[in-house]
Amino acid sequence: MDENRKYIIQFTFVLIGIIYLIKLFDIQVLDSTYKSKAEDNIIRKVTEYPYRGLIMDRNKQIMVYNRPVFDLMVVPNEVEKIDTTKFCELLRINKQYFDESIQAAIKFHRQQPSVFLKMLSDKDFALFQDNLVDFKGFYVQPRSLRGYNYKAMSNALGYIGEISKRTLNRDTSSYYRQGDYIGISGIELDYEADLRGHNGVRYMMVNARGVIKGKFKDGKYDTLSVPGINLVSTVDADLQQYAEWLMEGKAGGIVAIEPETGEILTLVSGPAYDPSLLSGRSFGNNFAMLNMDSLTPLFNRATMSVYPPGSTFKPLQALIALQEGVTNDREQIFCSGGLVGDHAPSGFYDVKKGIQKSSNNYFYILFRRIINQKLSENTFIDSRLGLEKWDEYLQRFGLGRPLGIDIPNEKGGMIPTPTYYDRIYGHNRWKWSTINSISIGQGEILISPLQMANYISAIANRGYFYVPHIIKSIGEDGEPRSEYHVKHETGIDTAHFTTVIEGMEMVVNGVGGTGFRARIEGLNVVGKTGTSQNPHGEDHSVFIAFAPKDNPKIAVSVYVQNAGQGARAAASIAGLVIEKYMTGTIKRRYIEAYARKGEFIY
Amino acid sequence: MKKNKTIINKTDWLVTLIYFALVFMGWLNIYAAVYDGETTQRIFDLSLNSGRQLIWIGSSILIIIAILTIDLRFYESFAYAIYGLVIGLLLLVLVAGREVAGSTSWFELGGLRLQPSEFAKFATALAVAKFMSGSMYKIVRKKDFLITIALILFPSALIMLQGDTGTALVFGAFVIVMYREGLNPWLIVLGLFAILIFILTLFVGKLYLMGGIITIAVIFIALGSKRLKRILLIMSAAAAVAIMVLSVDYFVSEILRPHQQNRIKALINPSGDPLGYGWNVTQSKIAIGSGGMMGKGFLNGTQTIYGFVPEQSTDFIFCTLGEEQGWIGSLVIIGLFVILLTRLVALAERQKSRFARIYGYSVASIIFIHFMVNIGMTIGLFPVIGIPLPFFSYGGSSLWSFTILLFIFLKLDAHRAQILFR
Repeated sequence: MDENRKYIIQFTFVLIGIIYLIKLFDIQVLDSTYKSKAEDNIIRKVTEYPYRGLIMDRNKQIMVYNRPVFDLMVVPNEVEKIDTTKFCELLRINKQYFDESIQAAIKFHRQQPSVFLKMLSDKDFALFQDNLVDFKGFYVQPRSLRGYNYKAMSNALGYIGEISKRTLNRDTSSYYRQGDYIGISGIELDYEADLRGHNGVRYMMVNARGVIKGKFKDGKYDTLSVPGINLVSTVDADLQQYAEWLMEGKAGGIVAIEPETGEILTLVSGPAYDPSLLSGRSFGNNFAMLNMDSLTPLFNRATMSVYPPGSTFKPLQALIALQEGVTNDREQIFCSGGLVGDHAPSGFYDVKKGIQKSSNNYFYILFRRIINQKLSENTFIDSRLGLEKWDEYLQRFGLGRPLGIDIPNEKGGMIPTPTYYDRIYGHNRWKWSTINSISIGQGEILISPLQMANYISAIANRGYFYVPHIIKSIGEDGEPRSEYHVKHETGIDTAHFTTVIEGMEMVVNGVGGTGFRARIEGLNVVGKTGTSQNPHGEDHSVFIAFAPKDNPKIAVSVYVQNAGQGARAAASIAGLVIEKYMTGTIKRRYIEAYARKGEFIY
Repeated sequence: MKKNKTIINKTDWLVTLIYFALVFMGWLNIYAAVYDGETTQRIFDLSLNSGRQLIWIGSSILIIIAILTIDLRFYESFAYAIYGLVIGLLLLVLVAGREVAGSTSWFELGGLRLQPSEFAKFATALAVAKFMSGSMYKIVRKKDFLITIALILFPSALIMLQGDTGTALVFGAFVIVMYREGLNPWLIVLGLFAILIFILTLFVGKLYLMGGIITIAVIFIALGSKRLKRILLIMSAAAAVAIMVLSVDYFVSEILRPHQQNRIKALINPSGDPLGYGWNVTQSKIAIGSGGMMGKGFLNGTQTIYGFVPEQSTDFIFCTLGEEQGWIGSLVIIGLFVILLTRLVALAERQKSRFARIYGYSVASIIFIHFMVNIGMTIGLFPVIGIPLPFFSYGGSSLWSFTILLFIFLKLDAHRAQILFR
């Protein structure tokens, strides 16, 4: 029996050895997770943030640049006894913030850095830097925020901010990580992919205490960061600033376009705000303040607000009537003033005079002719066919849907369709007399300032447009997005534009023309006033114009909310924007003073 | 001179060779463990563990020469004296010892630190061998058995008092010796069963366990014959187990210190809290597991160099080997240990004297427990019990004590014929 025990003991020794070798074979050879865990242990991925692309104006003046800020980081385990009072004083924080932030950092990781204080300005940093050696465990990580050379165009430029949880979850490319900055609105959002560049990654080896010991595999897997692409805007920064200055104290929008290309020269939303408010440590407070403001400065009125166009719609009605052949450039129509209330006197009107005098009755008659072309005996069916045709023209002018500007959240406005009226009145229950208020741009029609500018731009071009866009070059000598090279035809003959433009010329330059405030010596400005009725108060003042008449360089639309007649606020501002852009100076100081003063209701 | 030559010829060359192989590889791995990637560090540098270990190795060789030179009869004759001396030191260290990491188990003499508990192993082995080799000794006799147990438990308890539970547990090795000398194996089975209940209590929760015990008892009663005696036996057995469960629960929650509880918990679920109590086991397994088949190469272990494994030149020295030499390296070291252990058993069996045989088994058992616990804890098969890997780990006391332990036996073995003659 004792002999057996000897073998049992030896067998036990061998058995334990074999069990251990099997277990070791499992964790060392078969199971590869330990290898990756070992790499996780020693490798720290360090992201190199690239330089975000700059945004320049059309004259290559830098509008948006990068401004260094500093995040104060802390590694809890490396913090030694420090003079907290002095520390808090230097950073202008209180003891409570200090304690809470340290606790949060400890909770995150004792050996790894977490953000202690975000976005120190270079001034604060300079003050703190001299004392940094006294505060072991704290170090500074540079980041970059946006800086602005012009206090202008905040809404179109947009802003960047820390990526939200929701956006992070939707990011299928898993490019972003928590704490990254991302474009949140405007150009910053629309061109995020171009502006952001590409993060670089360095793989560093760290020891158990988190101290960096060198590059992993001599940097074999490291990638360099690729700086973001600079963008050249179509906007003229000086003009933009001037237009915003004119809009101060008013609500509304100004859009100026270079007709030949669709390039936006100015895009103003009033009231505006200083873009630097949304860049930096006070982002949260400032954003809340702007967001609460009853005048909604964060709402881009140029692209997102829609209004009835009022009389500025009349040139389009004239173009459709001419193209449809329901009138011609010589036909005189007698308007008695019986159809609708009118500022224009009774008498004979042709297209030009109708536009010049803005005769409501004349355009009622024209629209009735467009709608009822006797294609059907049934007046209801006839009206439907007519409206369908009419809708098609409007669509070809880019109305009723977003145009596709390179700024997010553009609104498309509204043009009534037969289906729309069917819903309201019932199928075949409506005809011209039911819907006649749209003859003169009232009623259901809603158009944004951007769409208005595009429409006047198409008139300036005598028949076509390029989709308005705000970035003319991706990269400093590049191209805009390809869709902005596509020419959109309106389908109306050039000859008809000549007729209509002559009428509009008279609005500005004719005797007693309502657009006289946009009249500029030596520049043949062509325009149309509008007064947009709305249920919320005073009429909106509307004006569309382009100049010069031949070979136009600029087309403008101006909306000023609750400012009464288009002839006053809108025409003055449009004229000044044209004058500024075309001549570089303002000679008509009295108009400028009038527009700045802002008292348009009298 | 002639005598020395004889003793060298008679000393078992295989065990000696394995001893030196392990010591040499241990030394290299100690250097790798302290190496932090700076090329200025040299293996002989006395400020490093590797340099100091070289001194311990050199002095161990002197000890070996001394042991082989000292008269054979010294060890058996002075077994109790040595035991008494070590017990005295164990008592003294409780009073005059220096506290290191929660254990009062060190004497400090000048720059030299000594751990008497290490020497208690061979001293107890000598005393037990002496006592059990007595001509009238019968393990089945209650008095003899209890005195044997007392000889073993007394130093173990003193070491436990120092706060060094790991070393105290090593004395469990003598169970193997006693088994070889005729201990009823059912006692061992009972002991293992107790350990099983102990572990179950830690992880299952006492209420479930009590439910399980009652269920099993009921099933046993229902299945077998319904004789009253049998039913009472089963019920009292169930009651005994239940009392044990309750006392283990009390022991764990009231007596075991939190770090000791955590070590046992980390064994079962190291990923439960990888940065807390599971850190050692997790990091140790990562280091070994990342070694692969061939290892990362000497001084190329990233986990080792960057200090992810704690206590790496002492208790977790196997991690360095596993990471840098891979499974092949592990195979070599485990192979050497297994050969050493089985060879020691074979040597013990060829002894003509009971004293030498029992001492030989003690040596094998003590080395085996260290080997099993130390490597087992690094790969997560044993709780973290801080005892060194024999001949391999850094540490003077441990290297000296294992050297003395082993070479006293080799000395006895070399003269086995002589003993018969005596």
